[in-house]
Amino acid sequence: MDVLDRIKQQVETYPVIIYMKGTPQLPQCGFSSRTAEALKSLGIEFAYVNVLADPEIFQNLPRFADWPTFPQVYVDGELIGGCDITLEMHDSGDLEKITTAALEKAS
Amino acid sequence: MSMQTTIEEKLASEFDVDFLQVENESHMHKVTPGSELHFKVTIVSNSFNGQMLIKRHRMVNSALQQEMQQIHALALHTLTPREWQARSGSVADSPKCRGGGK
Repeated sequence: MDVLDRIKQQVETYPVIIYMKGTPQLPQCGFSSRTAEALKSLGIEFAYVNVLADPEIFQNLPRFADWPTFPQVYVDGELIGGCDITLEMHDSGDLEKITTAALEKAS
Repeated sequence: MSMQTTIEEKLASEFDVDFLQVENESHMHKVTPGSELHFKVTIVSNSFNGQMLIKRHRMVNSALQQEMQQIHALALHTLTPREWQARSGSVADSPKCRGGGK
């Protein structure tokens, strides 16, 4: 499967998914770490892809969403942003709202 | 011209800037002293009025398209003058490096 189709399938399959450097348990970048922590703090189920372990995704994800950096968080198939946006939305309560809605929609 | 200055000048010319701070945070990472790879930008502009955060970041990313090819990380805080005032002019600190490199 073409890598862009593979990414599309992932973001459409998982209501909440983070593309990060490392894993939520062992993040390898401060930005990825903080973003995964924000998701973990919500106590919700979320999927992750370690882009360091998947060079094809590492190279192609930026053009998939026209977004140049990692991490990237997708909710209900849409990119919400990287570390700074995810944290801002976490602080405002919006992150909890949209992730809860996406998980309910998928269940 | 240094990368820091390039970023400052591009943003200042692209946006109607109320406040702009570009910080080189490369020293927080395992890189050669004097590197220009990790930056933090705080930008306050009326250009962001009524725009969602993702749109604001896209506007900045697009203005810095060339520079993004060369730098490694860009922490971005995009605020309207009103939001900036409400926060009394402060934004979050950037995280520590975890060594993930490329």
